[in-house]
Amino acid sequence: MMQKVFTRPRTLKDCPTHYCPGCGHGIAHRLIAEVIDELGIRGKTIGIAPVGCAVLAYDYFDVDMIEVAHGRAPAVATGMKRTNPEKIIFSYQGDGDLAAIGTAEIIHAAHRAEQFTVVFINNAVFGMTGGQMAPTTMLGQITATTPEGRRADGQGYPLQVSELLAILPGAIYIERCALASPSHIRKAKAALKHAFELQVKGAKGLSFVELLSPCPTYWRLSPADAMLWIQNEMTKVFPLGRLKG
Amino acid sequence: MCGNEAMAESAIQAGLDAYFGYPITPQNEVTAYMSKRMAEEGRVFIQSESELAAINMVFGASATGKRAMTSSSSPGISLMQEGISYLAGAELPSVIVNVMRGGPGLGNIAPSQGDYFQAVKGGGHGDYHCIVFGPSGVQEFVDIMPLAFDLADLYRIPVIILADGILGQMMEPIVISKKPRPKLPPKDWVLTGAEGRKQNIVRSLWLADGAVEQHNYDLQAKYRQIEKKEIRCEQYKVEDADIIVVAYGIAARIVRGAVEKARRQGIKAGLIRPITLWPFPSEQISKTADELRIFLVVEMSCGQMVEDVRLAIAGKAPVVFWGRPGGGVPTVEQVFEKTRELTIKPNKKK
Repeated sequence: MMQKVFTRPRTLKDCPTHYCPGCGHGIAHRLIAEVIDELGIRGKTIGIAPVGCAVLAYDYFDVDMIEVAHGRAPAVATGMKRTNPEKIIFSYQGDGDLAAIGTAEIIHAAHRAEQFTVVFINNAVFGMTGGQMAPTTMLGQITATTPEGRRADGQGYPLQVSELLAILPGAIYIERCALASPSHIRKAKAALKHAFELQVKGAKGLSFVELLSPCPTYWRLSPADAMLWIQNEMTKVFPLGRLKG
Repeated sequence: MCGNEAMAESAIQAGLDAYFGYPITPQNEVTAYMSKRMAEEGRVFIQSESELAAINMVFGASATGKRAMTSSSSPGISLMQEGISYLAGAELPSVIVNVMRGGPGLGNIAPSQGDYFQAVKGGGHGDYHCIVFGPSGVQEFVDIMPLAFDLADLYRIPVIILADGILGQMMEPIVISKKPRPKLPPKDWVLTGAEGRKQNIVRSLWLADGAVEQHNYDLQAKYRQIEKKEIRCEQYKVEDADIIVVAYGIAARIVRGAVEKARRQGIKAGLIRPITLWPFPSEQISKTADELRIFLVVEMSCGQMVEDVRLAIAGKAPVVFWGRPGGGVPTVEQVFEKTRELTIKPNKKK
């Protein structure tokens, strides 16, 4: 008799995504959906889509979803979680959304020890608008707005958001993982699960998982080389591991 | 109780679940009062890191079906415009109180009506309207709050209360009505987790071909309904008036004094006071307009509502503007003088 051993998580819709080949969003979506299924929290979870490539996340996650202004997800999440402490709230934000325009919102959400979960996708570039420099862009990295490669002089250094947040007492769990190989992805899943579990348990503070994620399109690399670039280059500036909690 | 506190208490009694705000003068009494009273009621109060955050906290709370509000003053309301546009686009009920001060820029902290255009004509990006109220006394400020929440819920729309520094600070005896409120449609669109039902989505993004165009037509159809049903306006001694003064908010209070004085001196003056600034009482104003009357619009600005009055009158009568911007408060004497000046009939001169 045939036995089904692998299937789509209940929380992920059965539809094609608009993501580019080799993009990390699909992996991240699946991991989050698996975690929601495994914790049995689909019926009380509300997700927040960012502005960026994942703006249509509400078309892929089969949970109640909201789409919000660029960078403001942590403020929206605050309004939701404070008025609905029994719900599970997560925001899903890219590096333009969270590390550029939304820095105030994420820092103050952590600072107030808000009790929701943030999934931060760091792919070192603005994807949706056409591959411009992000705060997390690597030095020397060529983007649409750093045609000669990013220079520290005038364009700044890659912004390490997890390290910034880790000094705040209100951030209780911060971990940086990578979507760069099967073993990395397994670790990312464990980190996401821990973050959601903390919220389910009512832990008193922000749980935050940063995922280094491939963008082959705007890195001008093949999907396989993009994975290697995360492992060999990005992790030098964005070291993997648990920063807090 | 000052106007700011009275309004806050009225909002609490109207079932406010969550208040989000950032300190700014002249509305600081609201944040202080809310911090104490919302805690007593076991409801949510957050002093946010910015007005941007405050309006987005309102966005989040409202999306889950809660009654949420924020308050601020002019510069802070400017910061909220992004959020207000998103609230309008996502059709989220919300109440925003603007205790206006002098501008532009940091301006001053004196009372003003300089934000009429911003509130009534949009403020943020896109084709949208908020319902806008302009209360002219503390009791009306108080009475409008439950109505504002009801209309916000009924039409799924942001409601703005345009107050000003005087209204926020002045003290008057008030009564908070205990009358039962009308029954509102169930909020079946809210985000509660998709237990036992299909996913709900709250958004202002519509990427499919023609979808935003259709969304705009739907919004406009809703706005036409609101224009039909929700205009509120007071007319005072208008029937026989030779001069009709149009004013809203605290300016209307001053104008009323001037109208009384003019009447005592034999000048037939009247007052039209829009209570809703959007939808604007264009028809009510238009009906009173004929060539034998003159209209004087008095505002604490360089003339903003006057444009809507002119549109309403459409050339049927002369419209004159007089106002004081940037924290200048008109006196009864000044408005009376202007009224007198405009009603001196040249043919009576010897």
